[in-house]
Amino acid sequence: MAYQTIIEDGIDILVAGAGLGGTGAAFEARYWGKNKKIVIAEKANIDRSGAVAQGLYAINCYMGTRFGENNPEDHVRYARIDLMGMVREDLLFDMARHVDSTVHQFEEWGLPLMRNPKTGAYQREGRWQIMIHGESYKPIVAEAAKKSADKVFNRICVTHLLMDEGKANRVAGAVGFNVRTGNYHVFKSKAVIVAAGGASNIYKPRSVGEGAGRVWYAPWSSGSAYGLLIGAGAKMTQMENRIVLARFKDGYGPVGAYFLHLKTYTQNCNGEEYESNWWPQLQEMVGKEYLDPEASHRTHRPIPTCLRNHALINEVNAGRGPIHMVTMEAFQDPHLEEIGWHNFLGMTVGQAVLWAATDVDPKNENPELTTSEPYVMGSHATGCGAWCSGPEDISPPEYFWGYNRMTTVEGLFGAGDAAGGTPHAFSSGSFTEGRLAAKAACKYIDDGKAEGIRVSDEQINRRREEIYKPMEHYRVYRNEITAGSVNPNYINPRQGLDRLQKLMDEYCGGVTVSYMTNEKLLNIGLKKMKILEEDLEKIAAENIHELLRAWELKHRHLTSEAVMQHTLFRKETRWPGYYYRGDAMKVDDENWHVLTVSRRDPETGEYTMEKAPCYHLVEA
Amino acid sequence: MPTFVYMTRCDGCGQCVDICPSDIMHIDDVVRRAYNIEPNMCWECYSCVKACPHNAIDVRGYADFAPLGHSVRVRRDEEKGVIAWRIIFRNGEKDMNLLAPITTKPWGQEIPQLADQSEPSQEMRDSQLLFNEPKYIRLDDGDLHTLESNGLKMKDGVYY
Repeated sequence: MAYQTIIEDGIDILVAGAGLGGTGAAFEARYWGKNKKIVIAEKANIDRSGAVAQGLYAINCYMGTRFGENNPEDHVRYARIDLMGMVREDLLFDMARHVDSTVHQFEEWGLPLMRNPKTGAYQREGRWQIMIHGESYKPIVAEAAKKSADKVFNRICVTHLLMDEGKANRVAGAVGFNVRTGNYHVFKSKAVIVAAGGASNIYKPRSVGEGAGRVWYAPWSSGSAYGLLIGAGAKMTQMENRIVLARFKDGYGPVGAYFLHLKTYTQNCNGEEYESNWWPQLQEMVGKEYLDPEASHRTHRPIPTCLRNHALINEVNAGRGPIHMVTMEAFQDPHLEEIGWHNFLGMTVGQAVLWAATDVDPKNENPELTTSEPYVMGSHATGCGAWCSGPEDISPPEYFWGYNRMTTVEGLFGAGDAAGGTPHAFSSGSFTEGRLAAKAACKYIDDGKAEGIRVSDEQINRRREEIYKPMEHYRVYRNEITAGSVNPNYINPRQGLDRLQKLMDEYCGGVTVSYMTNEKLLNIGLKKMKILEEDLEKIAAENIHELLRAWELKHRHLTSEAVMQHTLFRKETRWPGYYYRGDAMKVDDENWHVLTVSRRDPETGEYTMEKAPCYHLVEA
Repeated sequence: MPTFVYMTRCDGCGQCVDICPSDIMHIDDVVRRAYNIEPNMCWECYSCVKACPHNAIDVRGYADFAPLGHSVRVRRDEEKGVIAWRIIFRNGEKDMNLLAPITTKPWGQEIPQLADQSEPSQEMRDSQLLFNEPKYIRLDDGDLHTLESNGLKMKDGVYY
């Protein structure tokens, strides 16, 4: 094939994936690395890439210490209870103590933050959320990244990290291909910040056709954060902690502003409040420590997201669906009605399209809610990601190895979805994590830790061959058949994705099995996953666009395998409403009040699992 | 098919191809105009709709659950810093116009060039502070929160 090899050499900091985490990293890196070469490699166009591409109507992580609202430790306690105790509190505290400085800069750059006319403070949607007109959130932060970066390579699908051949377990850059020209790109870099996305589309969606695109989390979030890191042998944490969302049916429009600001609420098909009926039974499963409705009623302590899902799922399974969001009261107020619609237009236009198509006017009828298929990511109410070092002044020894947000691979950093154990970072927290990783990466280089990196032509050529193999495979076997997509020698990326989704759904707790799995199912699933891996060696790409889909699928596959391994390892049901281990239906704090950590050996593909201690912030 | 392109309006300029986050807006080889090559990977994010200089791109809701006959149109203006939406229901009974700001400042001008900032001191480098900190954390003279300052410690074990 005639594709060129284009080598970008002498990079100090390579940012792989520039959504909110990556733009934060590129922006901040320039301050600490005035003369450093900072390069972005992004699969799409950074003006509209990542999960915030279409905008946001709220910033969901803002302390408001300036207005006397919250301190960082308040946010840590909130995320801790929401995730049933399983978080990295050092990383959370660190993010929370910096996040306001990020948000204040956004306002200065022109992001329209709403103000409460009475207090002058930012308009709160809930305790942690502030309301914004964020249609151009992504283009604005992209401007900041462009000002700082030496070069932005748009439309580069990064497929692998390069590894140093001088010193084991040290990163040396990344490789990928341009989805327009098809050219092979090599980035030789002293440090790499992976800020790629989590994974949509690894579980069979509820939709059956076009609607598969209307996933809750962006369809272009291909699990590359995990595919790249796992492929490089970085340790991962909490990969079992996939998320299920209770959202407006089919359009998956957001409910945060509806619940918190518009004060809408849910009821079953008979118009009854149903959640509290499920609490006694659920309390037996998880213990009063995690579900105490009376305490939640008295204080700000939330009922964990997963447990509220549990009530919804069980109410529907008991035959009292659909669940409705009661909007008819709030929407009589024209101001609140307008907010309800703006909320969709600002971040999930598809929900507005759906209501227009189905004549659903929430003023006159209460729309349906449903629970989504599961997603794997690390910045919403879930904390999948890499096992990263925390900051020196907070982290206990088990959580600290030199550089903030550095993974277990030297010189390789994570931010946003890539950093594990840090849920509830959302957009502002992801940008902040990018900033933290960038400062640490500059220090890593300044400390001389990236000296003497060696990358052989052999490694570069081997990856090149590997990247284009799906196209080569297509070329060789295509003409064995007359026409069509059925070929005994290969599957195409869509066929592979369908198989992955079915497998994850049926064996790893997807929507068609009401999020249920067990050890036996998981062991069968893992066997099938290995065979799928063999078949992915025979995946065929007809063109460069299909080659992009082929590599996205490979990243989704690596992500999925990690999810299964972690789900098998944790022998308890820690997050009822996200998934259930039918053979261990209770929270088991005696054995499992720990973080799960995995490593996939890049040579053999073998997994090793371990437990890591869970540290909590307590009063001194 | 989530986004689609009107034949008579598209001139094949490729702005949509350039911006689409999902790489699904491509130029058709025969008619030389843009089209959505993979509707089930379209998020209806409207990035291409907003970018099209000829208003040639529109959205028809997902066929597996959205009936025909609705319209959600948009115009985004970076100069004026606003975005205007119009939503029309299938039954024609609701027709809404909604306007929102997209920025409060002239585009891109208020973002600092960090290369021009003064060099951070070694003390700053060794600290936990980021650019513009501690000032921007609370916009007062307060310092960064630490475990000590907030009376906290990290402890291994089961706490709720």
